[in-house]
Amino acid sequence: MTILQTERKTITYRDAVREAIRAAMEADDRVFLMGEDVGRYGGCYAVSKGLLEEFGPERVRDTPLSEAAFVGAGIGAALGGMRPIVEVMTVNFSLLALDQIVNTAALFLHMSGGQFNVPLVIRMATGAGRQVAAQHSHSLEGWYAHIPGIKVLTPATIEDARWMLGAALADPDPVIIFEHAALYNTQGELPPQGDSPFDIATARVRRPGSDLSLITYGGGLPKALAAAEELSLDGIAAEVLDLRVLRPLDTKAMLATVRSTHRAVVIDEGWKTAGISAEISARIAEEALWELDAPLVRVCTEEVPIPYSRHLEEAALPQVPKIVAAAHRVMGR
Amino acid sequence: MTDPEHGRHLLREMLRIRRFEEKCAQLYQAEKIRGFLHLYIGEEAVAVGVMEALTPEDAVVATYREHGHALARGMDPGRIMAEMYGKVEGCSRGRGGSMHLFDAGIRFYGGNAIVGGGLPLGVGLGLADHLQGRDRVTAVFFGEGAVAEGEFHESMNLAALWRLPVLFCCENNLYAMGTALNRSESQNRLTLKAASYEMPAWEVDGMDVLAVEEAARMAVESVRGGGGPHFLELRTYRFRAHSMFDPELYRGKDEIEQWKLRDPIESWRSILSEQGLLSDDEWNQMEEEVRAEVQSAVDFAEAGTWEPVDQLTRFVYSEA
Repeated sequence: MTILQTERKTITYRDAVREAIRAAMEADDRVFLMGEDVGRYGGCYAVSKGLLEEFGPERVRDTPLSEAAFVGAGIGAALGGMRPIVEVMTVNFSLLALDQIVNTAALFLHMSGGQFNVPLVIRMATGAGRQVAAQHSHSLEGWYAHIPGIKVLTPATIEDARWMLGAALADPDPVIIFEHAALYNTQGELPPQGDSPFDIATARVRRPGSDLSLITYGGGLPKALAAAEELSLDGIAAEVLDLRVLRPLDTKAMLATVRSTHRAVVIDEGWKTAGISAEISARIAEEALWELDAPLVRVCTEEVPIPYSRHLEEAALPQVPKIVAAAHRVMGR
Repeated sequence: MTDPEHGRHLLREMLRIRRFEEKCAQLYQAEKIRGFLHLYIGEEAVAVGVMEALTPEDAVVATYREHGHALARGMDPGRIMAEMYGKVEGCSRGRGGSMHLFDAGIRFYGGNAIVGGGLPLGVGLGLADHLQGRDRVTAVFFGEGAVAEGEFHESMNLAALWRLPVLFCCENNLYAMGTALNRSESQNRLTLKAASYEMPAWEVDGMDVLAVEEAARMAVESVRGGGGPHFLELRTYRFRAHSMFDPELYRGKDEIEQWKLRDPIESWRSILSEQGLLSDDEWNQMEEEVRAEVQSAVDFAEAGTWEPVDQLTRFVYSEA
């Protein structure tokens, strides 16, 4: 049972994720947390701080640096009746577990003719922007969204950080949650949870507007919202659509916003080539091309590994001025 | 002295695998079975011996060469054959084929076609048992080729570190597809690798069904009793090619013939005969019963149906 909040409180994204884990573990004995440094260290991003003391080492399990083994062990434990939350420290290291995620977790239900579903939740930090250089700055959510059999969530708000995890644990199939590292310190009000199960299927309009649509997710959301604010000073009303879920994509919501504004900018911290922004653009082109009054524009990361140097890193990533410039382009003013 | 009934049971189980797979090879030539087909012929004593040590509550994780494990574990031969035909009556509804046999009813977790890919899964099944306080054992089968994979080492370490109830069954048939063990490992004493993880590890004659059964029983008893994971190196040999596409350039015919002298079925049959536990009549009857079972599996597969194409996208996600 989750404790329903009766009043709004201000917390950080990090606290929201921790609260989600704690509530899930309190509610269900089958839930446990496993990953590198989740216990004694308190989590690389301090998300799990205090949980070891509260739940003990059996349910907050520090693992060796063996991504393939502990992700695979999560799959096996899920098949064995548990509800594991596997924390892979960052998406960069998840590449060492790709075999287990792609070849086992995603395929098991189908290969077994529907016999074995894998109720596994994998959480990982993603994204760039902290001068940690190329090997610690990937945004590969789009890669995972390519794979049938897994679901991909990208909480960008305090509310989603708090409530998506529980919904993911209730899902019978593997769910990967990408937490953008730049979001952990963001603060916000946590609205109370409604009575119905938390939605992990649809996109949300975070700011309504009638002139153009800024379509984004995860770490792109705060930047898109800031851009929308700036555009409003120029008399341009931008609508901001937070996709929230990269697989399955909420095509309906994307089409709805484009049909209403007739102009779109897609903002994605992944690379443009073969990325999720390409998929979003293709769906709009397939189903709403004639709705567009101007060619769609993408604001993505430049096609380079993320550099260390601050000015170069900033230049590589989608930034508010780039989004604003792109918006002016599609507006023709 | 062997218990006569048990001795004949072991022989029959091995014979079921042999005759089933000989039929599979014929059906492959006849193009009834397509894709990859990896035969276990020569290695039957391993699956049969280990399965004897498991209870129905235990779990099995196998490889892409898993017809033997599935049969010995008790999977219905008709459903296995139908799977290879790609029929919806197959154990995986025709979605998996030869390399992906699954059966929840007997806790058979596949048929994994990524070398080493099943090991972490087995560790996780063991972890679930540990966390829920169940005294089940998970038997994970893999070839010696998997020993070169990182997933092997990570899984061995994790299982030993957490003392999980997992039995690692390494089927050492000397060749990872065409690469001989001594061409791929700096250290080819496999039990030493297990020992480096503080795991009890035994070398077992995988051509001797009784030796396999005895070793597996001892290991399973210890694992179930809280002794942590164990490792068995089961030394065996694949009599047939790696798959149906393998011209076998990497090993000599005389080597194969030498190993065939140690055929696990012929050897066990001789022992039973010498001990007066198997008459020619009993052997002939066993052959006949196994032949009938295989034929009935083929009939079942032949009579099976194709899943309608409008169901193609099922089982990507769970159905509500």
